[in-house]
Amino acid sequence: MPTNGAPTKITQGSRTKGGIGESTLRPDGTLKVTGEFAYSSDMWHEDMLWGQILRSTVAHAEIVSIDTSEALATAGVYAVMTYDDLPTEVKNYGLEIQDTPVLAHGKVRHHGEPVAIVAADHPETARRAAAKIKVDYRELPVITDEASATAPDAILVHEGRDDHHSGHVPHPNIVHRQPIVRGDASRAAGRADVIVRGEYTFGMQDQAFLGPESGLAVPDEDGGVHLYVATQWLHSDLRQIAPVLGLPESKVRMTLSGVGGAFGGREDLSMQIHACLLALRTGKPVKIVYNRFESFFGHVHRHPAKLYYEHGATRDGRLTHVRCRIVLDGGAYASASPAVVGNASSLSIGPYVVEDVDIEAVALYTNNPPCGAMRGFGAVQACFAYEAQMDKLAAELDMDPVALRQLNAMEQGTIMPTGQPVDSPAPVAELLRRVKAMALPPERQWESSEGADVRQLPGGLSNTTHGEGVVRGIGYAVGIKNVGFSEGFDDYSTAKVRMEVVGGEPVATVHTAMAEVGQGGVTVHAQIARSELGVTQVTIHPADTQVGSAGSTSASRQTYVTGGAVKNSCELVREKVLEIGRRKYGSYHPAWATAELLLEGGKVVTDGGEVLTDLADLLEGESVEVEAEWRHRPTEPFDLRTGQGNGHVQYSFAAHRAVVEVDTELGLVKVIELACAQDVGKALNPLSVIGQIQGGTTQGLGVAVMEEIVVDPKTAKVRNPSFTDYLIPTILDTPTIPVDVLELADDHAPYGLRGIGEAPTLSSTPAVLAAIRNATGLALDRTPVRPEHLTGTA
Amino acid sequence: MRVNFTVNGRRQEADDVWEGESLLYVLRERLGLPGSKNACEQGECGSCTVRLDGVPVCACLVAAGQAEGREVVTVEGLADYARQRAEHGGCATGSCGTFLQDTRGRAAQGQDSQTGEGTELAPIQQAFIDAGAVQCGFCTPGLLVAADEMLEHNPNPTDADIREALSGNLCRCTGYEKIMDAVRLAAARQGEAV
Repeated sequence: MPTNGAPTKITQGSRTKGGIGESTLRPDGTLKVTGEFAYSSDMWHEDMLWGQILRSTVAHAEIVSIDTSEALATAGVYAVMTYDDLPTEVKNYGLEIQDTPVLAHGKVRHHGEPVAIVAADHPETARRAAAKIKVDYRELPVITDEASATAPDAILVHEGRDDHHSGHVPHPNIVHRQPIVRGDASRAAGRADVIVRGEYTFGMQDQAFLGPESGLAVPDEDGGVHLYVATQWLHSDLRQIAPVLGLPESKVRMTLSGVGGAFGGREDLSMQIHACLLALRTGKPVKIVYNRFESFFGHVHRHPAKLYYEHGATRDGRLTHVRCRIVLDGGAYASASPAVVGNASSLSIGPYVVEDVDIEAVALYTNNPPCGAMRGFGAVQACFAYEAQMDKLAAELDMDPVALRQLNAMEQGTIMPTGQPVDSPAPVAELLRRVKAMALPPERQWESSEGADVRQLPGGLSNTTHGEGVVRGIGYAVGIKNVGFSEGFDDYSTAKVRMEVVGGEPVATVHTAMAEVGQGGVTVHAQIARSELGVTQVTIHPADTQVGSAGSTSASRQTYVTGGAVKNSCELVREKVLEIGRRKYGSYHPAWATAELLLEGGKVVTDGGEVLTDLADLLEGESVEVEAEWRHRPTEPFDLRTGQGNGHVQYSFAAHRAVVEVDTELGLVKVIELACAQDVGKALNPLSVIGQIQGGTTQGLGVAVMEEIVVDPKTAKVRNPSFTDYLIPTILDTPTIPVDVLELADDHAPYGLRGIGEAPTLSSTPAVLAAIRNATGLALDRTPVRPEHLTGTA
Repeated sequence: MRVNFTVNGRRQEADDVWEGESLLYVLRERLGLPGSKNACEQGECGSCTVRLDGVPVCACLVAAGQAEGREVVTVEGLADYARQRAEHGGCATGSCGTFLQDTRGRAAQGQDSQTGEGTELAPIQQAFIDAGAVQCGFCTPGLLVAADEMLEHNPNPTDADIREALSGNLCRCTGYEKIMDAVRLAAARQGEAV
């Protein structure tokens, strides 16, 4: 029975401005609950114009002609621009490979590709003017899968490739290929008593952040432009924007506006260059805001994938070998595909000990929507497949699926397929034990004295069952995710920290370019500064490009890397503060020269607890400022033939148990509970950690049972670009998510912390699938699962 | 066209409104009230939820002209609205918005311009902060208006009641658990206060 809301187990944050380890509340919380927090779509400027993008209505075509005359003649229109109006020779951009045209040139390669842009005095005027632009397309055959991409007579999606992957790929329609070979899988297969094979399909998931792509470009008097925008990495945007505008980076000033979620979908540029072009062309501020329909075309998605796996084991359950092949559909442009391939291949066998592996991952160029970064980044698709394989193997061996996983679980010291040793805690078996040990939700929760509460049943208020035909299933999964940018990338971050006296009190100011996208980085930065500098008041300076790069808010890396940079800069500030103290007071007390000194509670104290001075006195008339870059341990590229190399910085582990109830007659699934156990190294802010785990878990649930961008295989056109037809979990679809947090320090990381944002998105999906298989006895080799897959009517 | 209506107790007049504009557009772009959010502009996400004569609606689906002569409460006015409801012993009729007129001009005390700390908040707003229900925050304004309205007529909701009442509001960050906590917390505090 549902209980009335006597909240006995509500975790509340602390209103005290605390240091690390405390559940300090968000500094932007008040602004966000009062509606005053300025998101990128809230930007407003006197005399501003509205920008609109005209997008291709077909997926693959030559552009025969573009006629903008009628659009230009529309009252209220200030500018219409096409490829021919681009100001410099740099007309493409891209995260790693500059293959994406700012505006289509002679050809469109996917449905929804930008062709022209319009600026007008009202958004509807801009929309109507864009609709008056006449584009004559000559359609080309579409490439939609591996067979059509690599056919002998396949049209090349990109003619004349000369990027750094083009030399080693087997076909120009393959963006990147990463094999990993270790041991001898063929010989090891001979030792296997049992071999299981599977072919799996992972659907195209959308980040579906709620704040649409948007921003405001304001022309500056010096010929430059100031862009207020929601992004994951200001400096990466800047590097791509400035050359297209023909401006030095110093004349493109970027300030982070409020970001309404990201999840990888804001790693690539969307409206940034278009808004700047129109602002510079018209001399007026230009605002662009996508609506949801356009947002589905305006950012990359998670790569859909085909995964082919073979696992072998001895009769006692020891894995002998894994062979796998992962084919990721990168769509029309490269985006982050090469790095996704690196992740998918290097993490393809999961958190298990397997000495003999033969792995290959590729990403295709096709005419499907471009795919790139999304939370979990290549590891998600692999986890879905290898965990299905582990269950299949357990069934074949007649073993408990959790016991089989624990038997083969990696631990600290295990060698990855890449040859890299796992040199920090890897509590895979323990996480499984913990998640299994949690109490199960009671059976038949829908029963009440007044009959069935349909809200607790599959189908909910549709009133499709009162319990008949409903069966319960339980499933488990565990995953491994890398933290930080891998494969030799110089993954640094910068932090500027200032300390001074304001109003008689010592105050620290932390200035980074970190994109706060909702994860709570701003909370944690202030906590770090309080712990390191012994102050209460910390001001977080708005993120902009007036300070060095903070790297991307992705790859679970910001608390590790920008948090590490803030910690490092605070330590440098502390040294300078102590130098001032020694200069001012050194002669009064020998401890200034001899003792270990700390900053605590606004004072300088010795490690023995003796107070030497107030920081407010010490810093009177002085301010200390440090801007410094900070780096984690370097990584190496993976060898292009063998995949060997110390490619990753750190690993992150989570395990899930899913409990589902399935109406087997209608194929409706209700997830009853989705429990998670995760090792976080050190929880800098426990409330935020749990929020991340629950949020990531829910995105995994979404792609298990509902979320998929459906692309017509005949036309490569997107069929469901709306929240009406692309469903994300509502509060009714989402179960309770109990979380067990383990804190085993990684000695290589600041405070021992582990990047946490992505791991829960991995194992959530296969756990739900395993539970549905457990309930129904069906094989289910694709995700998301739809009713027709459960009723045999697909 | 010209549209006259009341927003958060204040008479508003919007000029040169194109007939196709939504109430959401007029609030955000013409009246300087961007708190109601534009996550989908197709009535699926609830981020633009406001109260129109007391009834929660998606402002993106209301033509601006339909608001003529009516009372709108947005997230920007939620704290005032909740305080007046409390002062008037609760009001579940949907006509509470008129109370706002007698409190205009109440100065925010000791507010920090950078973080907004010190701002007077509605209980549901404070509960969202305290429970960790805010991450990116884009769904928050709509959820606050919807949750506040639910607690107005159902002060002691079951979990199933909360889920049903908030099922029109999408959140992508939190997995809803902390949102459930926030509403439970606000209900409990409301119960203690009576």
